Amino acid sequence: MALDQSFVGRTYPPTDPYEVGREKIREFAEAVGDANPVYRDTEAAKAYGHSDVIAPPTFVFAITFKAAGQVIEDPQLGLDYSRVVHGDQKFAYTRPVRAGDRLTVTSTIEAIKSMAGNDILDIRGEVHDEAGEHVVTAWTKLVARAADGE
Amino acid sequence: MSAKISYADVEVGTELPAQTFPVTRATLVQYAGASGDFNPIHWNEKFAVEVGLPDVIAHGMFTMAEAIRVVTDWTGDPAAVVEYGVRFTKPVVVPNDGKGAEIEVSAKVAAKLDDNRVRVDLLAMSAGQKVLGMSRAVVQLV
Repeated sequence: MALDQSFVGRTYPPTDPYEVGREKIREFAEAVGDANPVYRDTEAAKAYGHSDVIAPPTFVFAITFKAAGQVIEDPQLGLDYSRVVHGDQKFAYTRPVRAGDRLTVTSTIEAIKSMAGNDILDIRGEVHDEAGEHVVTAWTKLVARAADGE
Repeated sequence: MSAKISYADVEVGTELPAQTFPVTRATLVQYAGASGDFNPIHWNEKFAVEVGLPDVIAHGMFTMAEAIRVVTDWTGDPAAVVEYGVRFTKPVVVPNDGKGAEIEVSAKVAAKLDDNRVRVDLLAMSAGQKVLGMSRAVVQLV
């Protein structure tokens, strides 16, 4: 069943702050095998003008995707998550995420399309720091494949 | 926010150093823990096959994280990446054979933009298939 177009433009309440830990950044950098010292060593980060270690570019997805759960699990929207695949992902950065940030995410449904029985959902997550300054915007396209027999 | 690559030194077509990233089942378990994405298609072969996949597949976000390393290793400062987007076109299939899979990433400067920025187009291949489409980054050079 196609998703309700009237949800386009709906914005969900900002999430509680997520505090970015330096050990979480290190853990993520190790998991992707990235030895760049700017993710581990404060002095290396300062050499590039950062106030503390920064996170790899895609680190913030864990935060924005969790926030997108508000949309994905909205019973009124009725998305069948068991059929969802990640279609596209994009980030636009005002500044890198860094250790000590307390980040909130505000999720908005940008678009809902139906193509060949598939539901396509575009979610925008605006990430702000504790001072209310913009850090990064994440766009996530989810595709819910047509149910069998439809 | 400085990068070690100078805008004046690059042209449309300039190639970034290509890299190959190995990925095994152990890599995926580690990435699952670090990212919080515990979807069983990334570690449970039986589950993956039941939902129609050929085998366990890598997290799309893992592939996205590896691909941008070609850019961040080139600039030195990862903050030089001001935009980054991909389309997940094919999965990276990771067999449980002790060797796993490889993700081969190449990249080149596709356009010179204003304010010392360039657009870099990335190509990510695994087992002869293009695994990311529309994969591009806007990069701040000096």
